[in-house]
Amino acid sequence: MTAVVLVRSPLRRATDAVVDVFTSPKSGPVMVTAVLFIAMYLAAGSLYKGFFSGQVFLNLLIDNAYLVVLAVGMTFVILTGGIDLSVGSVVALSTMIAATLLRDGWSPLVVIPLILVATSLLGLAVGLMIHVFKVQPFIASLAAMFLARGLCYIISNTSITIDQPFFVAMATLRIPLGGRLSITPSVIVAILVVVIAVWVLQYTRFGRTTYAIGGGEQSGMLMGLPVARTKVLVYVISGFCSGVAGVLFSFYTLSGYPLTTIGTELDAIAAVVIGGTLLTGGYGFVLGSVLGVLVLGVIQTIITFQGTLSSWWTKIFIGALLLVFIILQKVLTSRRT
Amino acid sequence: MASALQTRAPAPPGNPDPVIDMTGISITFPGVKALDGVDFRMFPGEVHSLMGENGAGKSTLIKALTGVYSIDAGTIAMQGRQVTFSGPAQAQAAGIATVYQEVNLLGNLTVAENVMLGREPHRLGGINWRATRRRAKEILQRLHLDIDPNSLLNSHSLAVQQLVAIARALDVDASVLILDEPTSSLDAEEVAELFRVIRDLADAGVAILFVSHFLDQVYEISDRLTVLRNGRLVGEYLTDELLRIDLVQAMIGKELSTLEDLENRKRSSEAGGASSVPAFLSAHGIARKGAVAPIDLTIAPGEVVGLAGLLGSGRTEIARLLGGIDHCDAGTIQVNGKPLKLRTPRQAIAHRIAYSSENRRSEGIVDELSVRDNIILALQADRGWFRPIPKRRQDELAQSYIDTLSIRTPDADALVRNLSGGNQQKVLLARWLAIAPRLLILDEPTRGIDVGAKAEIQKLVVSLAENGMSVLFISAELEEVLRLSHRIIVLRDRRMVADLPNENLDLDALLALIAEGSEADEQAGVTS
Amino acid sequence: MSGFFTRALSNRLFWPVVMLVALLVVNAVAVPGFFSITINADGHLFGSLIDILRNGAPTLIIAVGMTLVIATRGIDLSVGAICAIAGAVACSIILDSPDPGGLWTVTVAVATALALSLVLGLWNGFLVAVLGIQPIIATLVLMTAGRGIAMLITEGQILTVESAPFKFLGSGFIVGIPVAVIIGAVLFSLAALLTRRTALGLLIESVGINPEASRQAGVRARGLLFTVYGFCALAAGIAGLILTANQTAADANNTGLFIELDAILAVVIGGTSLNGGRYSLVGTLVGALVIQTLVTTVYTVGIPPIATMVFKAAVVTAVCLLQSPTTNAAFARWRDKLAAGRRVPAEAVAK
Repeated sequence: MTAVVLVRSPLRRATDAVVDVFTSPKSGPVMVTAVLFIAMYLAAGSLYKGFFSGQVFLNLLIDNAYLVVLAVGMTFVILTGGIDLSVGSVVALSTMIAATLLRDGWSPLVVIPLILVATSLLGLAVGLMIHVFKVQPFIASLAAMFLARGLCYIISNTSITIDQPFFVAMATLRIPLGGRLSITPSVIVAILVVVIAVWVLQYTRFGRTTYAIGGGEQSGMLMGLPVARTKVLVYVISGFCSGVAGVLFSFYTLSGYPLTTIGTELDAIAAVVIGGTLLTGGYGFVLGSVLGVLVLGVIQTIITFQGTLSSWWTKIFIGALLLVFIILQKVLTSRRT
Repeated sequence: MASALQTRAPAPPGNPDPVIDMTGISITFPGVKALDGVDFRMFPGEVHSLMGENGAGKSTLIKALTGVYSIDAGTIAMQGRQVTFSGPAQAQAAGIATVYQEVNLLGNLTVAENVMLGREPHRLGGINWRATRRRAKEILQRLHLDIDPNSLLNSHSLAVQQLVAIARALDVDASVLILDEPTSSLDAEEVAELFRVIRDLADAGVAILFVSHFLDQVYEISDRLTVLRNGRLVGEYLTDELLRIDLVQAMIGKELSTLEDLENRKRSSEAGGASSVPAFLSAHGIARKGAVAPIDLTIAPGEVVGLAGLLGSGRTEIARLLGGIDHCDAGTIQVNGKPLKLRTPRQAIAHRIAYSSENRRSEGIVDELSVRDNIILALQADRGWFRPIPKRRQDELAQSYIDTLSIRTPDADALVRNLSGGNQQKVLLARWLAIAPRLLILDEPTRGIDVGAKAEIQKLVVSLAENGMSVLFISAELEEVLRLSHRIIVLRDRRMVADLPNENLDLDALLALIAEGSEADEQAGVTS
Repeated sequence: MSGFFTRALSNRLFWPVVMLVALLVVNAVAVPGFFSITINADGHLFGSLIDILRNGAPTLIIAVGMTLVIATRGIDLSVGAICAIAGAVACSIILDSPDPGGLWTVTVAVATALALSLVLGLWNGFLVAVLGIQPIIATLVLMTAGRGIAMLITEGQILTVESAPFKFLGSGFIVGIPVAVIIGAVLFSLAALLTRRTALGLLIESVGINPEASRQAGVRARGLLFTVYGFCALAAGIAGLILTANQTAADANNTGLFIELDAILAVVIGGTSLNGGRYSLVGTLVGALVIQTLVTTVYTVGIPPIATMVFKAAVVTAVCLLQSPTTNAAFARWRDKLAAGRRVPAEAVAK
């Protein structure tokens, strides 16, 4: 609060507005992510031949469609200040259910809804443990993680191939986008999930209550918001999204394998955090999380293009990037207060 | 015992039915009977003040009414019909709007959302943001609050947040409006503004429940008073018919002689605070950007220096600089004539400077630890990890402070969380006294605590100074500052405007100093 | 009797201990001689209980460190990765040395591995204490990158070592007691002594409950955080060496996989809240034993080992639900009702 109000030039006002956007705890982190994503993409494009092809970018979406869906579900949970460690195992469980039931001749029309119902119910159980029994989200979702992974082993401890025609069709079908560009149906599903999630978070009472819980559960309750219902529902959403991601993943790999997607929950969390959602809840956007997934995807792609780097560099690279983003966000958001 | 004293004031003219009629309300928490057969009623168009010491059961009664707590016995009737609310949402739907003591809003959302959350206008199945912002703006303008509804709530001051909370309550089509300590962070002008709004609402037939520790405000605004003590009803009175002295007696249930006693003692000890002794601490040009403009300040041993000023005048900010909580951008501090760089509370404590924060819960007590652990905490931290205070010494320390400060606790092992506000404040004081400070900085030590504990803390300040301790005393209540201080530093807009010995000062003179240069009508409300 | 029962019920160790006893009873019924401990020809103690202690030692060691981290409101997700790194460093040093079986070689390998673990812990401490990053994210960095680093050290291979002194760490015996158990016991006692005989425990709890109030009271949280994260990583390094020595091989992908979860579980089962503050090392000990006994039970009862995770899920759920305030309140109501029920007929008789 300065005593003298200066008459500012339009240019100064514009830069102030930009500074505001970048230093706000609401939009700052996600803007930084966007800038760094573009920078990484441009840098990689100038280093590696063929990186700028449209299909390379679309492959980012095709390869990570399931992760986008997972990250969307995780965003809801993290916005409330919770966490869901079970998503990787639930994806694996979904692929196992799909593979065994399809092998036994069930129709995909039954199998897919069944998977979605089962994973949503698991999410419901986690949500109820957290809300009714006041178990910390970390532990409740850890129990679900163990349960889902254990069930995978009980179903089968070897890989089961999926050869059901619908699934094979979904795996091989390409939707042309003109030129020589194409995407898979999974990408459409992922985009649909993102669009719905954006709308729900921005334009529904449930969505706003999700933010409210992250900002202060007690306050939200005293303001008369449906805190209890919302808190349980975000885990149902995360469970549902894990189911969708599991179905997409089984389209992608055409198999069910109990050891698959170990540690995928970390990728989803990393994507959400890199996408600018605060782990304490209250701030963040679904589109940020999508951006986070794309950043992870670009790292993978760069390592593939580089060709000489061993696979473990991916992990080190993601870890290092996570660090850079976390510190950047910290610096940018703490300057305000 | 209480029932013998119980009185009930007549209903307002025209004998309207009460909008709220609570009878025989009892609530028990583990080990405590928080409310015991309390009756409480509210009439439409009246401002009703709920009075009582801390721990009297005011907050519990409010939470019983709004459905936060479920009642163990008794009935609640609203407009003649018996109701049970299972939560604030239901109470709100029935027309009971509440603004709680601590600002219970969401800093991560916009001002507009905080006003409208839960009842945003919808369009095509989704929230209509444009209409939401427009409606929020209208409501804020009723409170003469001209802020961007699209800004984050976090970016505003506490006072603005408090007004936003009231704006939120106003939007509900409420027949009952509960304001729990709404004025504690507002300045005089804002209080006057709020009272105008309250009057308008009452004239429109809303029943208003008003809770405040400021007696002046209570007398200014309310029509009816209900007094609680120790979870029991003392009585219901018409404000016009109850003398202040009787009200205070009803609240604390004991004679006020301690306060008068105090008055005499201070005057007799005034000589002790003479500045002939070399200063214990002297600060030159200390400043912090956005908090305090450069200021000089000295405190002698045995001297009580009061900081007087409105909220946001820089009084807390100066205290935090001297306590090492925040560090100075400029200026020098000397302790006993030697220069000292204060960067952490730890360094301050090492030089026997203790800062007792105004935010008792968030920056003071460690609520899950026992009374004993809380008392020894600063002393132990100063001694370091590897020189633990022997168990027996801990017990002695804790017990001696429990006795001398008459801390009401079952024993030293009780968790501080379970104590009332006044007793938590005493535990915090004990923590600082345990390090044997040379300078004790007390930031609002009497805020939000009952009259009895308040008098005890004031008495303590006087006797500490008599024994040679320097005290920097901050309070929003100017009478208290006047009563205790040997010298008063007056602050305005983060600047020092006067540094005066407390000899011929009276409330009006002090008010004039604080208000000088700003609008004259500011004086009217500060008299609290 | 009922007073004792009430007090026992309100003790946070009650349910974990009940769980442990129940598991032991299941074992005793399923396997005759489960409780017998024999001394074999080499003078080593031998029996199912000894197995539980030995196999549970790495989890316990990490859980002790984790308890202190959690008490400060933190969490350390990187311990599993640190296990892998410590094993990888030790094995690669032993393999590269001309004398893999030499005591000096193993000492250097172990010391280097532990020093590196400590450095990694201090790194976590730096992120949390100095940069002020939330512990769960700060340690997520090392959790993600750590296994990559371990693979960098092993160059993606599983390093098998033939070194008697190193193997001794994992499967040796001292006066008949497994070395792993002794290490676990020493570390546990050390932590208990260090925190309860000094003021460390009080200050850790204070910082965990209210960091700002603690700062204003002059508590140096920064030093405390460095200490607990350093200690936790050091414990993880020790556990990693025991695990690696037991298998005589460093496997960057699988050494200590999921052990961070087991360790956190042990802490939570033991009644320490993930929200920080009051902690119980004895609780953690019970928690670690519950987890290991459960794994053993699954084997002894003849359930396919692959189902262990499902049982772990069941135990986590059971313990959490039993410790939940909601359940406690329900129990209290039930007891009150029971007591009231008993009183009414008594009064009727009196009339």
